[in-house]
Amino acid sequence: MSEAPPVLEMRGVTKRFPTGTLANDAIDLDLRRGEIHALLGENGAGKSTLMNILYGLVTPDAGQILIDGQPVTIRDPADAIARGIGMVHQHFMLVPVLSVAENVVLGQEIVRAGQVLDLGEAANRIRLLAKKLGFDIDPSTRVDQLSVGQQQRVEILKAIYRNARILVLDEPTAVLTPQETREIFEVLRRLRAEGASVIFISHKLDEVLEIADRITVIRRGRVVGSRTPANCTEGELAELMVGRAVSLRVERGRSHPGAVVLEVSGLRAKDDRGQEAVRGLELTARAGEIVGIAGVAGNGQGELVESLIGLRRPTAGSVRVAGRDISRTSVDERRDRGIAFVPADRHRFGLVLPYSVADNLALTRYAEPPFAGGFAGIVRNFHTILENALRLMEEFDVRAPAPTAPAATLSGGNQQKVVVAREFRHDLKLLVLDQPTRGLDVGSIEFIHKQVIARRDEGVAILLVSAELDEVLDLSDRVLVMFRGLVVGTFPAEEAQREKVGLLMATGGSRA
Amino acid sequence: MIRLRSVARELWQVASIPLLAIVLAFIVAAVVVVISSTFTSTGFDVFLPFGAYASLLAGAFGSGTALSNTLVAAAPLILGGLAVGLGFKAGLFNIGVAGQFLVGAFASAVVGSSLATSPTPVGMPLAVVAGAVAGAAFGFIPGFLKARTGAHEVVTTIMLNNAAVLLLTWAVNDLVRAPGFSFPRTGDIGNSALPILLGRNVHLGIPLAVLTVFAVRWVLDRTTIGFEIRTVGQNPNAARYAGMRPVFITALTMTLSGLLAGLAGAIQMLGVIGFYAPGITASVGFDSIAVALLGRSDPIGILFAAILFGAFRAGAPLMQIETSVPIEVIDIIQALVILFLAADLIVRRVFRVRAAKPVISELATVTQTWAGGTSPAEPS
Repeated sequence: MSEAPPVLEMRGVTKRFPTGTLANDAIDLDLRRGEIHALLGENGAGKSTLMNILYGLVTPDAGQILIDGQPVTIRDPADAIARGIGMVHQHFMLVPVLSVAENVVLGQEIVRAGQVLDLGEAANRIRLLAKKLGFDIDPSTRVDQLSVGQQQRVEILKAIYRNARILVLDEPTAVLTPQETREIFEVLRRLRAEGASVIFISHKLDEVLEIADRITVIRRGRVVGSRTPANCTEGELAELMVGRAVSLRVERGRSHPGAVVLEVSGLRAKDDRGQEAVRGLELTARAGEIVGIAGVAGNGQGELVESLIGLRRPTAGSVRVAGRDISRTSVDERRDRGIAFVPADRHRFGLVLPYSVADNLALTRYAEPPFAGGFAGIVRNFHTILENALRLMEEFDVRAPAPTAPAATLSGGNQQKVVVAREFRHDLKLLVLDQPTRGLDVGSIEFIHKQVIARRDEGVAILLVSAELDEVLDLSDRVLVMFRGLVVGTFPAEEAQREKVGLLMATGGSRA
Repeated sequence: MIRLRSVARELWQVASIPLLAIVLAFIVAAVVVVISSTFTSTGFDVFLPFGAYASLLAGAFGSGTALSNTLVAAAPLILGGLAVGLGFKAGLFNIGVAGQFLVGAFASAVVGSSLATSPTPVGMPLAVVAGAVAGAAFGFIPGFLKARTGAHEVVTTIMLNNAAVLLLTWAVNDLVRAPGFSFPRTGDIGNSALPILLGRNVHLGIPLAVLTVFAVRWVLDRTTIGFEIRTVGQNPNAARYAGMRPVFITALTMTLSGLLAGLAGAIQMLGVIGFYAPGITASVGFDSIAVALLGRSDPIGILFAAILFGAFRAGAPLMQIETSVPIEVIDIIQALVILFLAADLIVRRVFRVRAAKPVISELATVTQTWAGGTSPAEPS
């Protein structure tokens, strides 16, 4: 393989942002023909910046890009596409109301005389291409009717349709079920066999080890190492990535479940479009127990947790906490009863981004003493708000320039720690966690997981919802599988095998 | 010293764009003045803008009388600007200040004239309170409609502006018309007038307006209610998650906004106009929107913006007398200021401002509320 020049070579690529952050510091990377090359690194390590440079979205300060040994300048994505580079973003760039064929040809339409769109011809080409890649996709289907995994395949089709020889996939598995992940890996292997080269961006160690031919690890804008799966271990990669030894397995003792804290029965709730999303769900959680809910996103988990915390009014059923039905009470009242909630979307629910870290750390208790007092109890006490912030920032290792810095200026991991620090109080009965580590790096995940276990051991009942099956399996004392608004299976931790749970997640078992 | 410099830098961060927008507006308006001079008796005169702006300045700040005229013109704009600005803080666009202003002016005229012969310490405060309460009640209507039904406040307040004009015309004609006048009007406010503190026209309403600036600032920055208002404006979802009730806050904010607008009407009535007659000007209502935008919804910023707009109003007549440049040029300058605020990219290009771009959330409220932005009245 060494005789031909690499398909792609990046030499000394450097990018400093106006804020002063050195996102890429003299990065060297090469990609061979028919190779799957994994780019591994924590959030903010500089992976995305590097790929955005390759795709012409960011202009580097220094460095060179060579394709087939020839130096090239890539000014914009059109340049990149013309040079055979295709990119599949983490957030798909598809038009939901258009068909698969229309999406694929968008910008490269085939026209007959008189500028008439020839979709039939496009559909034929796409069908052929899909067959070659082993996709089962009807080009005339509307994209919003496809599953997330299928949409991703449309993105890949789009790139290959534009004759991409170098395919960049940015965190492609973040949104997929284990089955879908396996399928996409099959597709990548097929592409490799066809001679295409793939850059696979990820921070999931097991996946990288499974699919990659070579792994390049980036930390703080620098390449810190290059490995092949054969000559390294998960632990070694994690250490390279984080810069210190990390424990990948959550260390936890046995749980000692106490009295039932949460009792949900016959719960029904509608989603925002008025469709019934939770359909008579039953579950219980005991003190000192972590109950994990596994499920493909969009099976009613969001509506369930919103009903528990008071953001959504259930249409039927009851939610009992410590014996009392709270399903019709306000958010405020539930908090007073010792319920806390880490929402899945920290930007939408968990934080007010322009507010200071200190204000965010007091956001859910802003009106209580000692945070407010004085005249009519409405005067905010900035001294205690600041003190509280300094204490929690210390305890939860929140890295912010100052407690007065806007939350928007923090990294994703630190923002999430702000939410966690605020919600993980010591006087809790029930803690509802919705995707508590979504989009975080290994170091932050490790920290948050430790905190979850610590709260469990204090006797808090914890309900954990996560689309990351590994997270559910690692942390939970009991695993429930949610499918189309119902719990379709319960496994004690020791019987919850990845395969069994994954299958139930995808099919819903006999109740599908 | 370092502290001083960092304070100055922070101030520049906030105030640079509005200040430069004003400068740019003056420059562009100067071009208009020069071009239009060709068609008037003055003849083409490149230096006309200098003379005009000098007279404008002299008319606004040049003498004790000029200064007091500026303050008198600024006072209702301060309160009106606070009304609009408070709405912006909660993500609401209250275009109804004009109507709330009129309702407030009317209520204080009615109460003031019926207590015209009572001692000032009795009649005057009651008339002020009447104006504020009436404005609050009129602001509550769109607030309640939005909270209950999701009806957009822009639509309801525009309609209520018309409703206010027509209702008050009817009321003056048929309910409270004072006898002995050839046109419909209320009686004189007599003793209920705001006392003159200084010179010919510096009335008590001016310090009252300035005090209100600090009161609103205190409520917004230091109290839980202000925190709730700001949180609902910034992120209604997070507000609900934090246990606040956006629906209630929306209604409350519109009511408080109406109260401030009504207060503006009251001090204008009791400090300047003296009686209510249909057709009294409500331009304060719309200038208030410009003041709030220029002041970035910050109470102190609004104070300065209102004084600037007051200075325009006070100085324009002298400009017209001395240089024949029409008063309407002021409207052009005001419009340009808002234009450059909205299109701040122009200001940045012209002056090469490199300050980090602060998001002007007020403008987002103005432009985005139509795009189906999160309504606090979403089903729960």
